[in-house]
Amino acid sequence: MASSIIKDAKVLMVGAGGIGCELLKTLALSGFSEIHIIDMDTIEVSNLNRQFLFRQSHVGQSKAKVARDAVLKFRPKINITSYHANVKDPDFNVDFFKQFNVVLNGLDNLDARRHVNRLCLAADVPLVESGTTGFLGQVTVHVKGRTECYECQPKPAPKTYPVCTITSTPSKFVHCIVWAKELLFSKLFGDKNQDNDLNVRSSDAASSSKNIEDIFEHSKDEDIGQYGKKIFDHVFGYNIELALSNEETWKNRNRPKPIYSKDVLSDELDKQNGDLDNDNACGDGFSVSAMSSLGMKNPQDIWSLKENSRVFLEALRLFFTKREKDIGNLSFDKDDQLAVEFVTAAANIRAASFGIPLHSLFEAKGIAGNIVHAVATTNAVIAGLIVIEAIKVLKNDIKSYRMTYCLEHPARNTLLMPVEPFEPNKSCYVCSESPVLLEINTNRSKLKDVVEKIIKAKLGMSLPLVMNASNLLYEAGDIEDDMVAIYNANLEKVLAELPSPVTGGTMLTVEDFQQELKCNINIKHREEFDEEKEPDGMVLSGWTQPVAAAENEDKSVSNGANTSDAPITEVEKSENDDDVGIISPVKKRKLPDDSDKSNTADDERHHKKLQVIDDEDDLVMLDGNLDGFKKRRVS
Amino acid sequence: MNGDGEELTAQETALYDRQIRVWGADAQRRLSKAHVLVYGIKGTIAEFCKNIVLAGVGSLTLIDDRPITEELLSSNFLIPPDENIYNGKTIAQLCCDSLKDFNPMVRVFVEKGDLSSFDVEFFGKFDVVVVSCCSRSAKKLANEKCRKASKRVAFYTVDCRDSCGEVFVDLQDYKYQKKKMEETIECHLKYPCFEDALSVPWRALHRRMSKLYFAMRVIEKFEEVEGRSAGDVSDADLSNVLKLKKELCTAQSLNESHVPDTLLERLVADTTEFPPVSAVIGGILGQVFYRSSWFTR
Repeated sequence: MASSIIKDAKVLMVGAGGIGCELLKTLALSGFSEIHIIDMDTIEVSNLNRQFLFRQSHVGQSKAKVARDAVLKFRPKINITSYHANVKDPDFNVDFFKQFNVVLNGLDNLDARRHVNRLCLAADVPLVESGTTGFLGQVTVHVKGRTECYECQPKPAPKTYPVCTITSTPSKFVHCIVWAKELLFSKLFGDKNQDNDLNVRSSDAASSSKNIEDIFEHSKDEDIGQYGKKIFDHVFGYNIELALSNEETWKNRNRPKPIYSKDVLSDELDKQNGDLDNDNACGDGFSVSAMSSLGMKNPQDIWSLKENSRVFLEALRLFFTKREKDIGNLSFDKDDQLAVEFVTAAANIRAASFGIPLHSLFEAKGIAGNIVHAVATTNAVIAGLIVIEAIKVLKNDIKSYRMTYCLEHPARNTLLMPVEPFEPNKSCYVCSESPVLLEINTNRSKLKDVVEKIIKAKLGMSLPLVMNASNLLYEAGDIEDDMVAIYNANLEKVLAELPSPVTGGTMLTVEDFQQELKCNINIKHREEFDEEKEPDGMVLSGWTQPVAAAENEDKSVSNGANTSDAPITEVEKSENDDDVGIISPVKKRKLPDDSDKSNTADDERHHKKLQVIDDEDDLVMLDGNLDGFKKRRVS
Repeated sequence: MNGDGEELTAQETALYDRQIRVWGADAQRRLSKAHVLVYGIKGTIAEFCKNIVLAGVGSLTLIDDRPITEELLSSNFLIPPDENIYNGKTIAQLCCDSLKDFNPMVRVFVEKGDLSSFDVEFFGKFDVVVVSCCSRSAKKLANEKCRKASKRVAFYTVDCRDSCGEVFVDLQDYKYQKKKMEETIECHLKYPCFEDALSVPWRALHRRMSKLYFAMRVIEKFEEVEGRSAGDVSDADLSNVLKLKKELCTAQSLNESHVPDTLLERLVADTTEFPPVSAVIGGILGQVFYRSSWFTR
């Protein structure tokens, strides 16, 4: 089937993981002979259930390189160039992208996807995007000027939680995990110089802060068992009692119960201390495990409060005795068994205190590590669909482009839903050069706030340049020495006091050269902001706001930096639906103005866009109400 | 802990972590006790085999005595295109070697012989039998044997040509659970056997029945009438195929528009599989296997 269009095509794959392995294989079998592939990761054991180009012996090696080698085994004559690198690296600039006929993404995070989207727009190269989670998956096509770009529609941002929920009023297990991971674990084993909200209390008690700090300090001759119990009692006992003293908080909430080690482990006070015989004395830091040490085998078991407490104390002891050099440098890593054990135990004890159901280590690890569940088949299906779209793109077969959604359960006898792409969003600041509006107190907010919280965080620029008319206020990246001081000074200045003052009515131009993205920010001065709802004192509008951001817009904590975004925005899962229009990426922008009248003509126009394409090229038509079964109705 | 008693090993838990998060440890245990037989290996079946081996199926037995040809190599990623390696070996043997590599915890075997030479007792050793690259009558016979076996043996057929594919599944008497709102409801489906399913008068089928279904039946009939082996049709046969289509549509009182000539043309002109479609169909069939294995016995 290798026509010359395929044979002569030069394709870039970004990602050599779940989708990447399947994709590289299918591209090679389909006759593609010039493929470049970028991936910064190395192979892990948990990859092997689906990333079939890799073997146990490859663990630790570069995914891109090993994938290449594996495919060359059954297609020795094709050209595959692998890059063990981050796609955000400046080497992968617009010129690099321009050499390709199509770019195929198999990424697992929003940040990189936005970056690639911008580069593809700048290079004017079509992009086929994709994502999978469990049995769910999707493939979308993005061609500049013809379809929406990847950022035209809002994408879910990582979930964040208000600080007070984490520190004082948890109601879900995930709140306990975040507390255990971001606060307690960090406090004990992480960078001591970092701010930590562990001891934040809603009432006063600022006076005893010095004493609190001392509790977490482990003095050299302090018995580790004693230290462990001291910490336990402080965070699960004392802190809870303190929180209880503030009546207001608990007026409409269930009161937590303080938990003290002597009550939970009353019969084992001396069991753990200096129990050296039990240690896995294998010298290798990473195989140290509290579970092993305590003879606990099954990560799927839900431990009792007592068992959790034992694990807590034992894990803590092992950190201090076997991994001393790590203390002070650690951040939570889901592949660090001891860290996972500690966080699970701590989260469970806190959960017990607040009447929240306990979870197994397996479950806790998934939550703490933001693990995305995955199977081989979904990736295989999605990879097949990606290649099909890629070929359409190469043929310029515009009318045939489809966004295809792979459902968990068939709806209306169909598992794969193809939908025609939408036109570009005219208000998209990424592909339609639409300006955005920033409301800000120009006398109070500093340039650095705008750069960090708006330009980098919200607009997704990595190395921005900020200008007021023709005056350069700030530039990131490689700067000449004499400018560094000026820019640093500017960052600390309040907007209205910049060398080129930024006030109401000013239009800032921000650019990221690597992404070749330029955006205009219209400034509107506002005196007051709501402390709770607008804690940053800045409001950005006219950009595509991610959905399901913070539970409320409070100062919030997220569940760790390493977040994998869900690939699908809001696919409605309905078991017995008879309607079309099931799949709709969140809000349909193109609603006619009189949409609430909802007459049939409008509905038809509405539905036309979302109609399942029923032509001879149906990929899959399934009959029957159970997944994947072709059951004939015998009438 | 569950009724099965055995726990997953630490190795299994580590390897299957991501999929256990989809379907749970129990389902994983059941999946790893399943024995699958596969007859006839082309690209789509190779995909299916990969999918079940990666997931940790109990065992996989392969039957395909054919030697390697250019065409078979082209869509099969399990076989290295090196004469030194493939010379003298059958497809099943070559695929077996590769598949074992994908997951050392899965046992992969090779059996030899024509599909019709295996008896009911043989089929009864498996939980799933997957049949491809053979005639309708061979499939029918195999399905009957599966149904006669002392325990339930699921039966799938796969046929992919050009960028089209057809899958048939017979789970016999199938009980499963479905979540609706907060409840779990018990469901029960009775699958028709292969021959019954394909014998449904065309007019009685669903109004929106896929055109591909009819086209496949025409080609199937053509191959049978002409004594051809499965897939052995070409451009030269087109006019006869179209004639047969007319006859069948008349006999079935079905409007010819349900079986477009253009579709038949495609299927006859190019019988090789299209790799992306193999990936999709092999993937979907893999999911069928995963999900049905959760409720064995």
